[in-house]
Amino acid sequence: MAVLLQTHRLTKRFGGLVAVDRFDLEVTEGSIHSIIGPNGAGKTTVFNCIMEFYPPDGGEVYFAGERIDGVTPDRVAAAGINRTYQTIRLFRNLTAIENILVGMHLHLKSTWLGAMFNTRGTRTDEDRAHAEALKILDFVGLRGRGDVVARNLSYGEQRRLEIARALAARPRLLMLDEPMAGMNPRESLEMMNFVRRVRDERLVTILLIEHSMRVVMGISDRISVLDHGVKIAEGTPLEVQNDKKVIEAYLGVQREKVLK
Amino acid sequence: MSFDVVASSRIEQRQITPWRYIAQTGVQIGLLGIFLGVVGILGMFNKRPIIVGELTLGYATLGLVFLVAGILVGSRRLFASIPQTLLAGLVAGTIAATVFALLPIAMSLISLRSIFVSLDPTLYEMLTFGYRAPVGIGQIICLGAVLGLLGAALTELPRSVRRPISGGLVAAALAGLFQELLRPILANSKVSKPLHDLLYTWGGLTLRGAITIFAVTAIAITVYDLSRDRFNAKFQSLPSPNRRRIRWGFLAAAIFLCLLFPLYAGHFIGQVLLTVGLFTLMGMGLNLEVGIAGLLDLGFVAFYAVGAYVTGLLMADSPFALAHMSFWEAMPIAVLCSVVMGVIFGIPVLKVRGDYLAVATMGLGEIVRVIVLSDAAAPLLGGAKGILQIPRPVIGDFHLNNPVLLFYLTLVASLVAAYAAWRLEESRLGRAWKAIRDDEDVAQALGINLIQVKLLAYGLGAAFAGLAGSIFAVMLGSIYPHSFQLIISINILALIIVGGLGSLPGVALGAIVLIGLPEMLREFGEFRYLFYGLAIVAVMRLKPEGLWPSASKKRELRIDAETLAVQQGAATADAKTT
Repeated sequence: MAVLLQTHRLTKRFGGLVAVDRFDLEVTEGSIHSIIGPNGAGKTTVFNCIMEFYPPDGGEVYFAGERIDGVTPDRVAAAGINRTYQTIRLFRNLTAIENILVGMHLHLKSTWLGAMFNTRGTRTDEDRAHAEALKILDFVGLRGRGDVVARNLSYGEQRRLEIARALAARPRLLMLDEPMAGMNPRESLEMMNFVRRVRDERLVTILLIEHSMRVVMGISDRISVLDHGVKIAEGTPLEVQNDKKVIEAYLGVQREKVLK
Repeated sequence: MSFDVVASSRIEQRQITPWRYIAQTGVQIGLLGIFLGVVGILGMFNKRPIIVGELTLGYATLGLVFLVAGILVGSRRLFASIPQTLLAGLVAGTIAATVFALLPIAMSLISLRSIFVSLDPTLYEMLTFGYRAPVGIGQIICLGAVLGLLGAALTELPRSVRRPISGGLVAAALAGLFQELLRPILANSKVSKPLHDLLYTWGGLTLRGAITIFAVTAIAITVYDLSRDRFNAKFQSLPSPNRRRIRWGFLAAAIFLCLLFPLYAGHFIGQVLLTVGLFTLMGMGLNLEVGIAGLLDLGFVAFYAVGAYVTGLLMADSPFALAHMSFWEAMPIAVLCSVVMGVIFGIPVLKVRGDYLAVATMGLGEIVRVIVLSDAAAPLLGGAKGILQIPRPVIGDFHLNNPVLLFYLTLVASLVAAYAAWRLEESRLGRAWKAIRDDEDVAQALGINLIQVKLLAYGLGAAFAGLAGSIFAVMLGSIYPHSFQLIISINILALIIVGGLGSLPGVALGAIVLIGLPEMLREFGEFRYLFYGLAIVAVMRLKPEGLWPSASKKRELRIDAETLAVQQGAATADAKTT
């Protein structure tokens, strides 16, 4: 299958610290690709560089064959990439439905003039948006919670709403930044299944950051391992699991446990 | 800047004995009274009668202060038995009055006038009731004790008794306070003339009038309270179309009366309402920027100035005029110029956030005023002398030449603007604004073009101010740079915060409270900024979501209060177990 996202020698420095060092990544369309690594390895920085929150200091980013580094984040979103955040960043004072509707911003056409005069175009646009928002709400299992202000949702609901909001932008690539953070094993398992469902039913390619290895082994098609900003290994879960460098750098002294 | 306001979450853990609380309250209230005297509020208020020859606003304020001491102590439910509560009120009132009495004592011993201008012999005479010092001070303390007792008693009364009493008192006080406004209205028509003669003399509200108003209001409230349930039940039993018709009928009647009111109320009220209307218009514009889009703007007055000056230049009968258009041609051009100004204004501050944005926009607003004042622009804009002889708007042969008619113009403009603001808020653009208010980066990552959305907020917000400025120009007939000071921006910001950020009815209510009241009561006008400060602090403490918050916001903060209560419950449970 075709390569959807490609980074070539992607580099980001913060002062003297090289957070990401000549990072090459190829994400195949329709796959679930994970980036793992210990805390501070530079995983989130990779996301921020792809999304152009931080302009990279070197290297290139290609999405569906087109170069996207150097544009603003809204253009990256328009190209078809969307993401969630490690610490939940919902629009806290908006209701769940409104959050999703903001996510749909790119695909709505109504203008402020149309809204002021309440034209037919605006009304159909809004009705369509509302119907789709309800569908997405259903998909993430938040039906009935649509009118709750985001900050009053439970932690798990907020996580799912964040994914719903990203999905509303109809991305081709969805980047999830530690979606299982702060969850117990059962919830993690549910989230894993949910991520798989997103890929299968919404036909979205997934790029996933996780820091616990056990979580990603089950769902990833491919895994890249980052340590101190450098890619130290890449391959299928099985390959990565048995990679000597990974075991040393990432798991340290607990190697016996993993080998079992 | 984020305006997330969270109700105070402090959990009181210190144990305060009841008597200590009573003493504390008394001292605090006494100090408040001294403060009111020292800054001159008591002296100033004493010149305005509420009931002719019996009670002035000054004494009423002082009495209210002591009454509050009793109410505070009584509403704390410190004691289970009623006599103890009454005693607590009495003690708190006495302490408050004793502390307060230090002021006249000090005044009788030394002259403080060189430091505090307001501590003059007139005030001394007021505080001692015209008697010699020991007698007068004794009277103050007695007054404090009695009012403290009454305050505590008020809290112990059942609701069905308390409501008529407090309602009647408030009604009588309002009738006395606003007599200058009410009297002409009542005296104007033959129908209400007897009512006027019953309540008022030429000097103001009579004692007989005050008692009448108190009694009528109290009875009305009692009757209403007693029959409300029956009325509601009857109303609910009606078929739904009838119910709707009745509800709409009441609403229409209320609107109709409100519309007629300025016609009867005369030019002074018309002028006050006009000012309130102009500030409401501007408030709605700033509300789009600050309340919805979260872009703090302290240079908002610049757009008001542009609207006024463009109107002036296009209409005036003066050497600076560019054209001699009618108001109806000049106004849209003025609004358009304000929009352009808003966009130009927004460009340099696109990347500035939060507190820095407030400072940057404040600078930009000042730049506009200074440019208008400057010698360079004087040949074009008239400098400090301003632009004179701007004609009033004309519809056909009908001249809108008095404040009441201009108020109706402002009212129509406000309604149109409110509709536009409401539509915008609910639209895709409005959602984008709310999104950048909550998290700018995330909003951008969802495909929102920050430049476009922010410039639209500045431009559309400016349109409202431009419209207000345009009406302002024809209202005064002349415009000067000095009408466009920074303080106007601050006033508008204050009124939307007090009214409730992001809420349209809140803007109107905020304008009435912060602009209308000080205009109507000269005494409040003198201490306008003190009252602004007090109003803002009080609203932030007691009702952080504003006086009339928008619906969704209201729900949020209420839910927060519930969680808070649960947390507090848990905390006390913890404290008990440990």
